[in-house]
Amino acid sequence: MEFFVVQFLTGLASAASLFLVASGLSIIFGVTRIVNFAHGAFYMLGAYVAYTLTERFEGFFGFWGGILLAALVVAAIGALLEIVLLRRIYRAPELFQLLATFGVTLMVQDLVVMIWGPEDLVGPRAPGLRGAVDILGLAVPTYDLFLIVLGPLVLGALWILFHRTRWGVLVRAATQDRDMVAALGVNQTWLFTSVFALGIFLAGLGGALQIPRNAVTHLMDLSIIVEVFVVVVIGGLGSVLGAFIAAVLVSELNAFGILVFPKISIVLVFLVMACVLIVRPWGLLGRPEGPARQPAGLSIRPWHPMSPNQRLLMLALVVVAGFVPLVAGNYVLTVLAEIAVFALFAASLHFLMTVGGLASFGHAAYFGLGAYGAAFATTMFGAPMVASLLLGPLLGVAGAILFGWFCVRLSGVYFAMLTLAFAQIAWSIAFQWVEVTGGDNGILGVWPASWASSPAAFYWLALAVSVAGIAALRVLVFSPFGYALRATRDSALRSEAIGIDRARVQWAAFIIAGTFAGIAGALFAFLKGSVFPDNLAIPMSVDGLVMVLLGGIETVSGAVVGAVVYKALAIWLVSQTDLSKLVLGAVIVLLVVAFPKGIVGFAEDLMARRRARTDDGGAALAAPAKAAPAAPGSGAAPIAAPKMEAAR
Amino acid sequence: MSEPILEVENLSKSYGGVHAVRGVSFSLRAGEILALIGPNGAGKSTCFNMLNGQISRDSGSVRILGRDTAGMRPREIWRLGVGRTFQITATYPSMTVRENVQVAILSHHRELGRLFGFAGARHRTEADRLLGLVGMQELAARPCGELAYGDLKRLELAIALVNEPRLLLMDEPTAGMAPKERVDLMRLTASIAREQSIGVLFTEHDMDVVFEHADRIMVLNRGQLIASGTPGEVRNNPDVKAVYLGEGSVYGGEAA
Repeated sequence: MEFFVVQFLTGLASAASLFLVASGLSIIFGVTRIVNFAHGAFYMLGAYVAYTLTERFEGFFGFWGGILLAALVVAAIGALLEIVLLRRIYRAPELFQLLATFGVTLMVQDLVVMIWGPEDLVGPRAPGLRGAVDILGLAVPTYDLFLIVLGPLVLGALWILFHRTRWGVLVRAATQDRDMVAALGVNQTWLFTSVFALGIFLAGLGGALQIPRNAVTHLMDLSIIVEVFVVVVIGGLGSVLGAFIAAVLVSELNAFGILVFPKISIVLVFLVMACVLIVRPWGLLGRPEGPARQPAGLSIRPWHPMSPNQRLLMLALVVVAGFVPLVAGNYVLTVLAEIAVFALFAASLHFLMTVGGLASFGHAAYFGLGAYGAAFATTMFGAPMVASLLLGPLLGVAGAILFGWFCVRLSGVYFAMLTLAFAQIAWSIAFQWVEVTGGDNGILGVWPASWASSPAAFYWLALAVSVAGIAALRVLVFSPFGYALRATRDSALRSEAIGIDRARVQWAAFIIAGTFAGIAGALFAFLKGSVFPDNLAIPMSVDGLVMVLLGGIETVSGAVVGAVVYKALAIWLVSQTDLSKLVLGAVIVLLVVAFPKGIVGFAEDLMARRRARTDDGGAALAAPAKAAPAAPGSGAAPIAAPKMEAAR
Repeated sequence: MSEPILEVENLSKSYGGVHAVRGVSFSLRAGEILALIGPNGAGKSTCFNMLNGQISRDSGSVRILGRDTAGMRPREIWRLGVGRTFQITATYPSMTVRENVQVAILSHHRELGRLFGFAGARHRTEADRLLGLVGMQELAARPCGELAYGDLKRLELAIALVNEPRLLLMDEPTAGMAPKERVDLMRLTASIAREQSIGVLFTEHDMDVVFEHADRIMVLNRGQLIASGTPGEVRNNPDVKAVYLGEGSVYGGEAA
């Protein structure tokens, strides 16, 4: 009994930091609609800066002043980031902001190692709170009790801030309807900056307060960001009280889960999140999203199938790719095979995101399941490679059928978060079910058949499968089903009114995307000769997202270009520099700012503009309509207004 | 006159303690144009959304072409032969005008499950015929997202005609349009409805439109029907003047 009480208190203490970080994310999302992926990075920065400051300034004031100062320093960095970067991309598609903040996360990861080194750092104990208090015969650290009190205090302070100050009222108003707030003449620019700074302050404070409890490591950003996403989604995006309740819930689940179900402790939290989302799709205290805003990836230029000339060009490109083994060495061919695999993976995600408007944050699950499926078929049943390549993806399909059924009940950010949760569940099973999956050691010995074992042969195989898969996806886009899927994305209301079953169409799309991801995963297993839990982990899902957004979300097949550029860049950077993440992150950020429509979207714009100039007729209408600038900070504002003006 | 295509009996809906719609009964015959009017908050939209299945009703019955629609979703009601347009237009901005119509035709023929073949090449002629009906042939290849609001309303009418409906539900069909556009759209609707003997139920705030085109008018106030009849009868009804039209109004008077 005593033990459970202490475990409960430990859970509460962990909840404090989690709440601070999650409330920051929630506040930022509520007002700016940015899902700040870099939030974990700021949490980590808070911890590192606090470590440095508390090491330098000792004593009571040195420590507590250091903690506070660290949070302020991080908040200032956050405000700078908002001014320099985010302000430029508020009107980009919502997911682009996620991509930009992901780029920042990558940069911070390398910067932190550069400045503080790769070793774990152990901070000082808190002066005045070093001891332990005897509770029911067991020692509870005084610092934990302090954190338990701090959580509700911060919650109260935030409540006063939001309900008793003019600034807070504006923030709450903007959370409900920011277009209205802008119309009332509130200076949105600085409201956004200050909200962002406050959110980052809370993240930095959360990190700084962790240093007497846990070591400071350069991996703490990704572990917290996943938990924070879960907390925010369970609690309801934009709700501070919801974040508090969910933080306590998640921390207690972690504290007790490890006692009751040591095997599935990681899964437990995600299962709870999935359950909450199914019962209350907008979280415990969240509100349903307002009338559906225009989804990301809404293009004004309608899509057309390729012209005969473009088809010839594509054919020529594929033929050229087919002749590469005549000139390239083994290493290059292996790299190219990997790029081909990822092009197919990215294309499958692109189909779901662009055509379906469903941004999956856990698409790696189906890639990884396909890889594990192929590995099982090979190592357990001794299936030949071709059979494994056919059977393996079925595991991905099964996962997509199961997870997809739940996911398509949600939309927007909540859809993204649920896909993330399912991917994390799949990852946990692969990681913890050691008897079957080998856990962290993975499954080795998934080698291709002898006819495909040379790098050139495997490259040809990967190229053939990838090209066929991408072509099939493209056919799907323009098929009646593709139109039905776009219809559900463009207007759920209209689709229902003309007899389209939205959930069924989107479920089918989810399964199709999962199938092609599974095929890519099975190929990947044979390319590497092994399968690891990493194959379905979050970084893999994020890689897919980056490729899609880089290529251009408004394009038909931009993901292929995105995959080629991103993968080639990533592999090349790793071979060239130790700071590959820093450079890659910087490149992503630059690309987002310079090409907010992605590489292919940018190219299409250029061509459209040139065509408009030569036609100098009705077609010219399209260009000014596209270029019409949206008001700053109104990224999600209806796109219809400028378009209508142009047409009149 | 023919069989009624829409029969509504004792339709009711309340939110919490507020009776949004209370005991509304009426029927609509083929080729008839029926207007539902009333002040803001009278329950017009609630009524409408119950008819097309967007919200469930508390009690009462709705029969469309003789079939009780209890528990049916909007997409199932559409399959009965009900076309509808929205107060705030809902179209597919990423598609061309023609593609917008084509999707609806594909859905009508239950062909949207097909994974192969270029959808843009299917049912083009039929789509163009419907666009021609509403006078939008020249705009067929334009991106729908570029259309002016009045054109969007006409496009919605074309889409609503795709499944050869027997009943058209139009929620404020002319809201947000210029006066000339309003008259044109309602004339078009009326002529199509009479030609194809479609029953039309519409809500509207523009009394010129209502009194010129409606065969019959129902007036809703605080969830209850307070009057129903020909434009002439409703115009002179003292209750209607009190709650909605105001004293001294002469809508359509000179024409009647």
